[in-house]
Amino acid sequence: MIRRLVYALDDRLGTAPFLRHALRKAFPDHWSFMLGEVALYCFLFILASGTYLTFFFHPSAHHVVYHSNSVPSLNGRSMSDAYASVLRISFETRAGLLIRQAHHWCALVFAAAIVVHMARVFFTGAFRKPRDLNWIVGLTLLLLVMGDGFTGYSLPDDQLSGAGLRIADSIALAIPVIGSWFAYLFFGGGYPSPEITNRLYAIHILFIPLALGALIALHLAILWRQKHTQFPGRGKREDNVTGSPLWPAYTVKSLALMAATFGVLLLLGGLVEINPVWLYGPYDPWTVASPAQPDWYVGWLDGALRVAPPWAIHLFGHTISALLWPGIVLPLGFFGALYAWPFAERRLTGDRAYHELLQLPWQNPLRTSFGVAALTFAGVLLLAASDDIQARLWSISVQQLAWFYRVAALVLPPVAAAIAWRICTELQARHTYEEDHPARVVLKRGSDGGFEEEPVATP
Amino acid sequence: MIPLLAAVVLLAAETSAGQPKPPLTHVAAPGPAQADTVKVGGDLYVLHCLSCHGDRLQGTPQAPPLTNAGAASVDFQLSTGRMPLEVPGTEPMRGPPSFPRGQIDAIVAYVVTHGGKGADIPQVHSSPDLTRGRKIFEENCQACHGATGTGAVAGFGWLAPALLQSTPLQTAEAVRTGPGIMPKFDAHVIPQADLDALAAYVDSLHHPDDRGGYSLASAGPVGEGIVAWIVGLGVTVLLMFAVGETLRRS
Repeated sequence: MIRRLVYALDDRLGTAPFLRHALRKAFPDHWSFMLGEVALYCFLFILASGTYLTFFFHPSAHHVVYHSNSVPSLNGRSMSDAYASVLRISFETRAGLLIRQAHHWCALVFAAAIVVHMARVFFTGAFRKPRDLNWIVGLTLLLLVMGDGFTGYSLPDDQLSGAGLRIADSIALAIPVIGSWFAYLFFGGGYPSPEITNRLYAIHILFIPLALGALIALHLAILWRQKHTQFPGRGKREDNVTGSPLWPAYTVKSLALMAATFGVLLLLGGLVEINPVWLYGPYDPWTVASPAQPDWYVGWLDGALRVAPPWAIHLFGHTISALLWPGIVLPLGFFGALYAWPFAERRLTGDRAYHELLQLPWQNPLRTSFGVAALTFAGVLLLAASDDIQARLWSISVQQLAWFYRVAALVLPPVAAAIAWRICTELQARHTYEEDHPARVVLKRGSDGGFEEEPVATP
Repeated sequence: MIPLLAAVVLLAAETSAGQPKPPLTHVAAPGPAQADTVKVGGDLYVLHCLSCHGDRLQGTPQAPPLTNAGAASVDFQLSTGRMPLEVPGTEPMRGPPSFPRGQIDAIVAYVVTHGGKGADIPQVHSSPDLTRGRKIFEENCQACHGATGTGAVAGFGWLAPALLQSTPLQTAEAVRTGPGIMPKFDAHVIPQADLDALAAYVDSLHHPDDRGGYSLASAGPVGEGIVAWIVGLGVTVLLMFAVGETLRRS
């Protein structure tokens, strides 16, 4: 059957040489190289589950009266059509709640998989020339996933959605000079505008997924062309590439991973509640819920908003909002630094060569320290985003916690970087020492069956 | 009377020894006579309230006067176990009440007859209008107490308490009297029918509708983020590792 299909295709397209080549293509053996694949399978899952949800979701801010006993405390309540349709998806659509929850879980795991994949690429130096190109594509993919996550979080029009959009609107307003025009243009008027749900929907299900699909294709095409990197080891050189062939070894492995990813996501969707919008209630612009947090991948930016000092600037009769620093300058600077790192590293180290072999984190203390500092910075800000929940948990003042995180965000990254630097240089020194002083011992077995050590002259 | 006095003396001894006060369920409730009730309340006041609130309800540097504490306020503070405070000056927290119902009524009667002026114990009727109650809750209560009534920070070290144990009467008392830093909502702001609906809605929060599965609602996206990293990505990576290593060795 498959054979006949392949023959038929080969007759018409001449695909046999390509297939023979492609199926023999080497894929990496080390397990950590499959992190990116988890992200890829998350993309497939989120696309499929999201498509199902589009059948039932109404992207409309038009107000309707909800009549259903599914949520008694909302029966007869006026709410947006979007929110009402999410309630219907959750309670009256076959597998609706399962798919909606699995879709949301997938978004969280998707972003987490990308971050871990990027950390692997970063700390092993896999982004070096010629793969600096794919580092840029990958970083853009992360930004797109964050954007798609935020627009998705905003669609159900529950109280958390509304609070998040209000913050986004405020940040848009804080852009110097063009802020007010831009915010009015994007939101289709003052906040809250009846247009915004529609626009977010178009961005969420059309524009960003299309861009993601195109960039993932580019990401994989570049990977296919450049081939994978490999850890240094026996038989692994700068001018070769080793691994298992795509068919059958790697295909089996990859399909198993796909099944595992889908299984975990569906189990989470079925067993663990996520974003119970019926508990949060429909959004009314004059109400606000507390505690209110974004999903984790936006959390660090929310944390920055919480702890940044209120530095507004008044210039020539105009006010530059204090939100400019945490809301715009900080994310631009952070992602700018990540985009620029491969080129900065080339300049700092003077290493402009092609690299097919990976480095271990300790082999490049500068890079490792920078990565550790960046992760610590974002991590502290992420923790700061739940300061109100921590304050309740530990019965301490939320203002004191804000000060703690304010200081920690500035102090901990350099401290963590210094520790990382120290560990790297110590490991380097040990490896240099061991290379210079190889502990070689020759054992000689005597006629009585015992062993004797023969001294060997070190070179 | 003798067993009551004996118990009161015993209680005083325990309190002065700094031990937790056991609920005095073995004490008989005061008789129906109003004068008797006030007398019992006075005895309890002397033992448990006077040292901070003063002998004429006038207050001390440690505690506010009770001259503007009406029946609703006193009943709320005692029935939610906030008063008497274990440590004067700390934020009153909800706990098991220190007195049985009858003694609380007696203390309330004593305070009211000795100059405590304020809202009387409000009426609460059962209400089927959860939708109305939810609307009132969202507009007036959730900003501090949380959308699901789990409590939240109210700033500068104050906590808005969880409402998951609040009875309809206690909810109504809190609304009408505004304990702690909570604002007071009188009948112009929340009319009686709305108060009934609100109390019914808060009561319904005791059993949240967690149809989505294991509930992380009280921590919202924070709990979800932790689960996504540890269970979502963590388990997937473990499986990935297992698959990768198994196939590599085979």
